[in-house]
Amino acid sequence: MFVNLFRALKRRGVPVTFNEWMVLQNALSENLADSSLTRFYYLARAILIKTEAHFDKYDQAFLDCFGHIDSDEDLIRTIEERLLKLPPLELSEEEKQMVEQLSLEEVRARFLEQLRNQDDELHVGGNKAIGVRGRSTHGAWGYNPAGVRIGQHEGRLRSAIQIAEQRSFKNYRDDVILDTRSIKTVLSYIRQVVREGPKDSLDVDGTIDATCRNAGELEFIWDRAKKKRIKLMLLMDAGGTMAPHTDLVSRLFSAAKDIVKDLQFYYFHNCVYQELYTDIWQMKAVSTRKVLDQTSRNYKVILVGDAYMAPSELLSPNGAIDYWYRNDRPGVEWLMDIRRRFRKVIWLNPEPEQWWPSVPSTRMIRNIFPMYELTLSGMRSGARALIKQ
Amino acid sequence: MNRFKGINRYILSDALREIVNAAIVLQRPLLLKGEPGTGKTELAQVIAEDLKLRLIRWNIKSTSKASEGLYVYDTVQRLNDSRFHDKDVSDIKQYIKLGKLGEALRSEEQVVLLIDEIDKADLEFPNDLLFELDQMSFDIVETGEYFKAKHRPIVVITSNSEKELPDAFLRRCLFHYIDFPDSSMMEKIAKVHFPNLRHNLLSQILARFYFIRQRHELKKRPSTSELLDWIQAILAGGITEEELNKRLPFLGVLLKTEDDVAKVAVH
Repeated sequence: MFVNLFRALKRRGVPVTFNEWMVLQNALSENLADSSLTRFYYLARAILIKTEAHFDKYDQAFLDCFGHIDSDEDLIRTIEERLLKLPPLELSEEEKQMVEQLSLEEVRARFLEQLRNQDDELHVGGNKAIGVRGRSTHGAWGYNPAGVRIGQHEGRLRSAIQIAEQRSFKNYRDDVILDTRSIKTVLSYIRQVVREGPKDSLDVDGTIDATCRNAGELEFIWDRAKKKRIKLMLLMDAGGTMAPHTDLVSRLFSAAKDIVKDLQFYYFHNCVYQELYTDIWQMKAVSTRKVLDQTSRNYKVILVGDAYMAPSELLSPNGAIDYWYRNDRPGVEWLMDIRRRFRKVIWLNPEPEQWWPSVPSTRMIRNIFPMYELTLSGMRSGARALIKQ
Repeated sequence: MNRFKGINRYILSDALREIVNAAIVLQRPLLLKGEPGTGKTELAQVIAEDLKLRLIRWNIKSTSKASEGLYVYDTVQRLNDSRFHDKDVSDIKQYIKLGKLGEALRSEEQVVLLIDEIDKADLEFPNDLLFELDQMSFDIVETGEYFKAKHRPIVVITSNSEKELPDAFLRRCLFHYIDFPDSSMMEKIAKVHFPNLRHNLLSQILARFYFIRQRHELKKRPSTSELLDWIQAILAGGITEEELNKRLPFLGVLLKTEDDVAKVAVH
């Protein structure tokens, strides 16, 4: 059932599996959606979609598949609006007892029949049609103990199509938003297992061994617990063209500071030359050579920049954008040095990937470092590249 | 099986109610995400209360290990006892201490198991739980015992998205993202907590609250619990609608960093 929804989700790159699809079928056969499109919307979303980042894609897929359906909820709203225009009915106790009493099943059957037969006129005070002040079994503000009430409760489920149309989860899409927390999530991927911290986990084998050597006198042997950690160096472009991305980069930086104990970070201006800066205003310089020599090869290195510069900035001695800055070696050589020095280096680019091929400097830098977009999905691929052996 | 209907003091959306029932019928863990203060943890308590089941709460910490949730084998105690011949050390059972998950699986009657803030633990933690949550059974290796739950517990898992959860784990859960309540929902929530609050004052408070929340540059946006504290403070301080219009009193209750207070107070 609803295989087209499954396909539409797949087409949009939502990772739905056959397994989850079967759970949904199971849920439908248990009648959990209760033949309501709105319930189906939420039920299918809970089963098929596992992160709010995909809610927007789900909304779109849902619209594709069901957008053309006039749901009965719309119909009910129309009826409700008409009913609201009319004053309520007052009945005496006797009158109430006179009202015919029907079982719920019968009422339902009649209700559907009524809906099918009902024309557009308003019904007031009748015994059969859906209207107000009536004694029929369907309608609003009327009186029948077993009647079906239509749309008088607050907080009804909203129409599924309308909810999907609102696409209120647009902001949660993972190719758009990148807040500190999601960056942390990605960075925590690159941590690796090491033994560290206080010696607080019992080494049973060692203990038994030592105790035996001790002729039965207990001797506990403790070891450091295994923990995950990562050594990371961030090199961030603070050049002029990066201005629109300052916010993003500072979020990346603050996330990294939180999650990475051994974090080294430096700034550069458009391209790396013989000096790196420890502050964003580029006042305090340190020698790039020294940084490279003193940092362990095991550091993972992430360069963040738009890789957007004049080719001369990359290729010529003294090509730096700052006129007074003299560099004997062209930037590209420094970049190659970084590439050679560390095992794992990636470049994160805040500009959209489709622009890269049209920028010569980006193309060149892409040949040196694997380059990823500074979005959640781009960072995820980058993180994967960093931990690959 | 009883249907979950909800209880008075906890306002919940119809969608969430249906999903809780779906999770119970389909016997799948329910994973809840959402901003802090949207009542994720509270929901498990409410389910337990409504269905009259016992709640077992497993609070996850960064040091939590999946195996500890099932049981802990107290090696040190046993080694100690063997040294001093205090107890019969060949009876391993006495050194097995059940964890929260183990307790839930061994329970005679159905329970609600809350695994709170699962994202705090290490990245592999959820994967280590897969088998036990699927089969609702576990082995105690040291004694060769095997337990299978008589009634599958209703499992509620909350996450603050500090870490992403593994796909294999997600596939087995139902997922719901609790939206931050809109102002009409928030009005109901506030009325549950402050039944005597004047309507005008409340709408004024809510208007100010959502005005502050909409400012995106805030480091930490105030949540429901902070709003309730704020209402309490405003009531205690006897602040009127007119005063509220002119200034924002007790900002420190709503905003928890100096920067945020400064940003809002300027206005």
